[in-house]
Amino acid sequence: MLLDWGYVAIFVIVGAGMVSLPFAIIALLSPRSSFPHKLDTYESGVEPVGQAWSQFNVRYYMFSLIFVVFDVEIIYLYPWAVVARSLGASAFYSILVFLAILVLGLAYAWRKGALEWS
Amino acid sequence: MPWYVEVLRAVAGTIIIFSGVAIVAAMFGVLLERKVSGWIQSRIGPTHVGPRGLLQTVADTIKLLQKEHIVPRNADALIFASAVVLVPLAALLDYVVLPFGTTRWGPLIFRDLNIGVLYFAATSSLIVVGILMAGWGSNNKYALLGGLRSAAQMVSYEIPIGLVLITIALLAGSLSTVTIVTMQAHLWFIVTQPISFLIFLAAATAEVNRTPFDLVEAESELVAGYFSEYTGMRFALFQLGEYAEMFAMAALAVTLFLGGWRGPVLPSVVWFLIKLYALVFVFMWVRWTFPRFRVDQLLNFSWKVLIPLALLNLVGTAYVVMVVQR
Repeated sequence: MLLDWGYVAIFVIVGAGMVSLPFAIIALLSPRSSFPHKLDTYESGVEPVGQAWSQFNVRYYMFSLIFVVFDVEIIYLYPWAVVARSLGASAFYSILVFLAILVLGLAYAWRKGALEWS
Repeated sequence: MPWYVEVLRAVAGTIIIFSGVAIVAAMFGVLLERKVSGWIQSRIGPTHVGPRGLLQTVADTIKLLQKEHIVPRNADALIFASAVVLVPLAALLDYVVLPFGTTRWGPLIFRDLNIGVLYFAATSSLIVVGILMAGWGSNNKYALLGGLRSAAQMVSYEIPIGLVLITIALLAGSLSTVTIVTMQAHLWFIVTQPISFLIFLAAATAEVNRTPFDLVEAESELVAGYFSEYTGMRFALFQLGEYAEMFAMAALAVTLFLGGWRGPVLPSVVWFLIKLYALVFVFMWVRWTFPRFRVDQLLNFSWKVLIPLALLNLVGTAYVVMVVQR
């Protein structure tokens, strides 16, 4: 079990090295020249107006809140799914109650208009 | 086995998977995309470099390697630079649990984790972090809009994918990808779960930001979306990440629904590749068939169609598995 994650850790470390490899090649091959306008932010060829780091209406805010609820729900369903076959009918009705509460939540959000992009 | 042999095996496996994905998914995938696009639009696509244009992507990569890389003055240099590593790495992490075939000694897989499917869901959603970092770090309005759209989209489409994964785990009684393939020895899950397959295909297209869900990098409105500011090899690495993720999603669909590496006569790896490229072709076909969604349509489709449908499908499957079949 722990060995599995050792493999994954090696994958991450070696992988990060391999992804960074092209940068070593760039450092050797690529030309360097600079003049002031080259480092400007791209904005379709005109001088950039202000910064992108400004007040911004993050419209998907409500979606991400509902997402958190559903994602946590899904985490609880994974272990249930693995053992479901051996649990039988009574476990099915219990999980139905669990899902019903969540569907109720979705229906509430829907009715409230939280799922509208306005 | 002594510990250093294990370590060497892991390192060798990583190198093989990374180069394999870079060649099969990125190099050949890009070429295939251009050829298929050309074919669908009655053009011929790239033909000049190498025999029938086969070396086009190699030439492109060599060209990109020689390009200067530019960090805009206003960008957050650290976030800007680390996003480039994170996106392809997160995409390639998916491949740890994908079984490519089988041999006399066991399935051909980097590591058969007992929570394979959950691991896949976790790593494939890491990409959105990289995309948000790229969008925010660039300090470019197009990039920021692309990054934010990407977050909304991925957040919405992860749930239908998760529900489909649970449905399949329920049928197979395991989260391990190898066990799921083994369970399809007699009947592919696409036969018993056609709705799941369609939901997965639609949500996977959205997860990898392809048309008709490509609002993240809609070139007619956002230049190149979150990677507008990236030049040269950094741009290529984002492409690598994107194609690696597309192939990973297709490979997962093959594993979950199309019986993985199973097939008669031909070697298992060949079967896997045939199924994989068939699904990738479907992704490309869809790209040139459907127009892009509006962002509200996109979110409605996930929350009001896919999620209720996936939930119903899950309950139905659970009923059959837990009540009827007992």
